[in-house]
Formats: sequence, structure tokens, C-alpha cells
Amino acid sequence: MITVTNTKLRQFDQVIEIIEKNNNDKTRLIAILQQVQEVYRFLPPQVLTYIATALNMPVAEVYGVATFYAHFSLEAKGKYVIKVCDGTACHVKGSSKLLDTLRKKLKLSEQKHTSDDMLFTIEAVSCLGACGLAPVMVINEQVYGEINAKRCDEVLQNLINEENKVESAL
Amino acid sequence: METLTKIDLQQVKESFNKAASRVHKRVVICAGTGCIANGALKVYEAFEKAVKEAGMDIFVELELDRHDDHKTIHLTGSGCQGFCAKGPLVNILPEETMYTKVKVEDVQEIVERSLLNDEVIERLLYVNPVDGTKSKGQTEIPFYKRQTRLVLGECGHVDPQSIHEYIAHNGYMAAEKAFLKMTPEEICNTMLESGLRGRGGGGFPAGRKWLLTLNQPGEKKYVICNGDEGDPGAFMDRSLMEGNPHRVLEGMMIAARAIGADEGYVYVRLEYPLAVQRMRRAIEDAMDAGVLGDDIFGSGHSMHIQVMEGAGAFVCGEETALMASIEGKRGMPNPKPPFPAQKGLFEKPTVINNVETLAAVPLIIRNGPSWFNVYGTERSKGTKTFALTGHVANTGLIEVPFGTTLREIVYNIGGGVTNDDGTVSGQVFKAVQIGGPSGGCLTEEDLDMPLDYDNLIAKGAMVGSGGLVVMNQQSCMVQIARFFMNFTQSESCGKCVPCREGTKQMLSLLDDIIEGRATDETFSLLEEVGNVVKKASLCGLGKTAPSPVLSTIVKFKKEYLQHIHDKKCATNNCKALSDISIDPEKCTGCTVCARKCPVGAISGDRKQVHVIDPEICTKCGVCNTVCKFDAIIGFN
Repeated sequence: MITVTNTKLRQFDQVIEIIEKNNNDKTRLIAILQQVQEVYRFLPPQVLTYIATALNMPVAEVYGVATFYAHFSLEAKGKYVIKVCDGTACHVKGSSKLLDTLRKKLKLSEQKHTSDDMLFTIEAVSCLGACGLAPVMVINEQVYGEINAKRCDEVLQNLINEENKVESAL
Repeated sequence: METLTKIDLQQVKESFNKAASRVHKRVVICAGTGCIANGALKVYEAFEKAVKEAGMDIFVELELDRHDDHKTIHLTGSGCQGFCAKGPLVNILPEETMYTKVKVEDVQEIVERSLLNDEVIERLLYVNPVDGTKSKGQTEIPFYKRQTRLVLGECGHVDPQSIHEYIAHNGYMAAEKAFLKMTPEEICNTMLESGLRGRGGGGFPAGRKWLLTLNQPGEKKYVICNGDEGDPGAFMDRSLMEGNPHRVLEGMMIAARAIGADEGYVYVRLEYPLAVQRMRRAIEDAMDAGVLGDDIFGSGHSMHIQVMEGAGAFVCGEETALMASIEGKRGMPNPKPPFPAQKGLFEKPTVINNVETLAAVPLIIRNGPSWFNVYGTERSKGTKTFALTGHVANTGLIEVPFGTTLREIVYNIGGGVTNDDGTVSGQVFKAVQIGGPSGGCLTEEDLDMPLDYDNLIAKGAMVGSGGLVVMNQQSCMVQIARFFMNFTQSESCGKCVPCREGTKQMLSLLDDIIEGRATDETFSLLEEVGNVVKKASLCGLGKTAPSPVLSTIVKFKKEYLQHIHDKKCATNNCKALSDISIDPEKCTGCTVCARKCPVGAISGDRKQVHVIDPEICTKCGVCNTVCKFDAIIGFN
């Protein structure tokens, strides 16, 4: 049973707003899910149920769409989402080594994507279209091109240092 | 019907050109995804600051009604200029000087010397890696000089966010002509005559598609621009949408006029946030300017366009799947017929074209079909953009006429094949993968074949959307085949059995080969399953999924057999097949590897060279990870 707390009710406010902005239109389901995911950073199950009810469609259908597209995540993601491009150009220029380096450093694996402190999520993604700069990784919106293990390490260390600074300041 | 805001294109053009002629210098900074990743936006900000400090007036948008003679600088970001390997790129007009790899620290000097004093800064010019000569601007650089940039024409020169500049380059004049002076049949026939074929891969003649849709009954029709460029290794459509979004819109408007549609969608994949943003801005600007919307050019016709962001599914590049996605459903393909021309989006007749196809349309309408079809070969007319990447010196976006040879592209435009360390070498070419997960490999013997739709199909490859990945001798072709198989397998939507199960089986057979479990039967089975998937799958994605495997089987049979019979990978890319040993020169006898080896295959005394027993070794790679001296040989 889902216990509805005040915070959760407030959170649903945003979902209602998003659905209304999309005119309660079933055909805009993908846009609705995208906007909802922007708020929550993932799609919690109770929100999917809520959306289905609001749009008057079976939950299974909403779930079907949410699980079909790679962009939608039913699990919470970290604060920094690191996307390593595994398109052809990046692949032939060593993106898998880059992934290994990152996973090793953050103690993650092919199965475990998000670090326990909820700071980092690593994803291998299909082509980001910056093939001229292969191999490429993107952290949140920032694109890093022609990246090697050493630079990758630096970038990561900087983020970790930044986080530690914030934490010690608190 | 009275128009609210009827735009006079000629007048906008004249006032823009007049304003542009008063500008002292124009600085165009490439702001494509590639250059932004290399810091182009910071360079842009630095220019803004430095120019102001130098006491000159700076404009990011030309004021069309300004009439003084003060020294002004027009600073703009452009779309992708194509030469991604050398970014950030800065062009200075009217001299057309191009500076490469510009950093924030260089900006002050550029302002002082090149903007105020017309000097050229030698050290920032492009240096030809072959002979060390410096080139002043794009017209002198082989990478640009040997291309024919029609569709990409203004891309990289104009400000993609300025509708006025687009109009100054004769923009929207083709749409005006189409809406006011041409009948739908005339437009379709012009397209037929031009010979323009779909640039998304299939190569279906655009004019025929339009004519089919025009002749369908019904009031409501749609135009869709397919910008779901999912092929790994391709970024032509991204560059066009980022670099010249108005041209794409104009192409859609003409298509709408040709078939009688009043609504359109631009479907852009979500991995391209900048393209989404620029297309949305272009639509807004076009609506505000009165070019798009109701009663276009006073013709009584209307056209509304919206952008739809994808959600990360490769199969949505397939037209019927893409339409399902716009309708808010799982992006799964449907059998054809009915074709989209008959029953498309929301069951209405729909024209769906690729970005590049639509971007070519305004040029054809404006200049006439015979201007376009002088380029290309007998059955493949015009030019094609390619994303040139991989082991090649000049990576980037190029455009050449159909019929250009691979040799010209790889060696003359691309500047030659590179080793893994980036140095150019004449001996290391192995293959070019063209057409992505639907395409195949071309080798040395194909270097002089004129590239066009039909020649490529005959070779088991395809134009696809135009990703062209160059590979050097250090690439393992079985691994490349596996890479694409893994891609299509994970992107298979699961609707039809041959694709869903077949790709899975093919992938596992390929794994057997690269992990040393394969026999001759594996090889023949791989080919057999491949042919079944090719014949029996529902959509284009499935039908072409085996191509990378089937084409490498033909071209690199020896390499496959070496993996299968000798259990060897000549390029040392297949971990399980490599001979692992310890380099006696590098080993310090620190004993770490011996202690970490999970199966106890490594022996040796402290401070003595260690050895690996190949009988026990499982090639897990732990020793390679823990060795601090790079002494383990055999892992690439």
C-alpha cells in the first residue's frame, strides 16, 4: 500500500500540472513522461499509475511505453549521470576501455549503474553524434571529447573534490 | 483572406545585406556540438569581452535599420563547419581567414591583430599534416576544397538563429515560389525530375513518394521530418538541424504544399538537445516573421510544425515505428503496405522524409531540377553528406557528389588513415564501415568504386544515413561485426521473431567465435541464421541487421577462420584468444600478479621475472589490471 504523505501530494502537483499542460492528451504520453522524469530524475511506479489514471488508459500501456524507451528509467539515478558514448567511432577509438576505467574508479559494473552515495550513474549510450571527437563522454549536459583514461580520471576527481568541498562546508 | 503579417522576403534580404556591408569585420565561431565540447562557447564569450574592451561596437544580431559608419564587429555562432577534428574553429570575414583549435587565451591577440589591424596570426592557421604547409582559409584547405557543399552550403557560415540571414541567402524564396507559383503536381514532378532519392538509407525517390501521397483522398495529411538519426557514427542530420534549421523547415513547407498537408512534425532524437533547441527556435522565428503559420505568403494555405523529442529507441528511425512514437505508443514498426503515403500518422496519408532529403528540397525548387541532377551518377543524383570518422586524420562532416570514390574521401579529403597513436600512415588502411548497423564493410579493392546507392547495395553495404567509419589494421573485424550485432540486438523492438531471436542467436555465435568455442558449424550456422533474419524480418532494421556480419564474412573470411581454427586474433583484440605472457624486460618481480591471479597460473620468485602457465591461465585479465609496469603482453 502506498502511504500518501504531504510531500508526495505536493510532488503529484507537478505531475498534474504537466498532464494539464499536455491537454490530458494520450498521444502526448512520451512528452509527459519526459517532463515528469525531469522533475523526479526517474519514473516512480506510483507516478506511472497516476498518469495512467489521469489519461484514462491501462497502467500496463504506460508501463509498456516507459520500459520501451532507453531514456526512461524506473530506478533513481545519481546526481551526475555519466554517459559514455559507445557509437562506432567511439568504439573503435577505445570507449570500452574508458568505461572500464570509470567503473573501476566508482566501483560500479555492467550490472550496477549507480553508486551507493547516489552521486554517480554510469551509462553506456548509443551514438551521441559527436563522432569527430571520439571517444566522447557526457556528464549531465557537459560534453567531453577526445577523452583518455587520464583526462577521464581528472574530470571525475574534480567532481568528487567539488562534492567533498560542499559536504565539508555544510 | 487578409494576411496579418505578410513578409516581403526581397526587402528583408536587401536590408540585411545593407546592414552586413556596414560591418567592419565578422567573426563566425563554430558552435556545433563538436566545437562546443572543445570550448567554443567560452571562446565566444571571450570575444564578446575583448571586442568591447577594444572599444568597438559588437552585434550578435544585425540591426537592419541602423545607419551609422561606426566600426562594428558582427559576432555570430554558426552551425557545424564540419572540421570537428580542428575545433573550435573561428572564421574572420571578409578575409575568410580560418583559425583552428582556438583557445580563450588566443582571443585577445586575434582581436588586436586580426580585427583591428588586418594581420594574420600564422600559428593559428591550419597546417597540412602531409607537407606542413599552412592554409589561410577554407578555400585553401584540401578538406574543404575537394568537397561539393550544396546541402551543407550555408551550414557553418550563417547564424542558425537568424531568420534574417537565412532570408538574405535566398531563404524561404523557394517556399514562396512553391506556394504562389507552382501547383502540387508541378512540385512533385520537379522533385521526380531532379532524381532526389531518400537520404535516410532506403533511397526511395522523393518525388514518387510525394506524388503517391498527393493522390490519396482525404483532407488531412501530414509531413514528418525524420531526425531520429540513430546510426552510430552518423551526425549529418544533427549538423543540419543545428546549422541550418530554417532550410529543413522550408523543405517541410514545400513538401506540405506538394501533398496538401497543413501539419508537420520534426522528430529529433533526444541525444541531440542542441538540434531540438535550434529547430524550436527556428519554428518560433518563422511563425513570428509570418513565413510559417496561417495563410502562408497570402496563399490561403497554412502549415504548423512542432518538434517531438524521441526517447531513445533506434528502431524509431524506421518510419512506421517513428509514427507510432509520435502517437505516444511504443515505437514498434508495422507491416507495409499500407505505406505511410496511404495510411500514416493517425491513419492519415503522410510524407516522411529524412532531414537531409528535406534540406535539399528548397535548393531544387529554387535552382531547378537540372541544376541538381548534373551532380552524381546515372541513378544516384546530387550530393551526399557523410560523417567521416574513425582512424582518419580529418574527422568531420563532408559532402561530395555521388560517384566520388572512397579513395578520394579517405585519402584526399580525410587526409589519410591513422595508426592508433594518431599518426598518418600509408600502409594501415583495412576497411571502411559504411551505413552503420544496416551497412557493410568496404576494403582496399573497393577504394576506386564510385559510391552510389546501387554500387553499395551490390557490395552488401548501403548508403544508410551516411556514417563512414575508417578502420586501420589494428581493428578486429569479428569484433566490429559483434559490435553492430550487439547494437541491433539490444535495439531490436521484439515484435517479430526473426529479428528478436535471430539477432540474439547471431550474437551468441559471434561470442563463441571471439571466445574460442567455435567450430566450422558455428560459422555456417552464423551465415544461415543471418540470411533468415535478412529475409524474414518485419522492418528495415531487422532486414538489414545481419549486413555487418554477412559483409565481413565475405570480405574477411580468413580472419574469421583464423579465430575459429587457430584460436587466434591477429590484432589481439579478442582477449580470450590472445597469448598472454610477461615481458621479461618490464617485469620487476614485484609478485603482485602472482598473488592476485585467481587460478594460480603465475609463478616466480621475488625480484625475478615471473611466468604465466598457459595451461592454467583463463585469460581473465586480472594480472594486466594489477601490473604497474605494463609487463603483461597480449591484452590490447
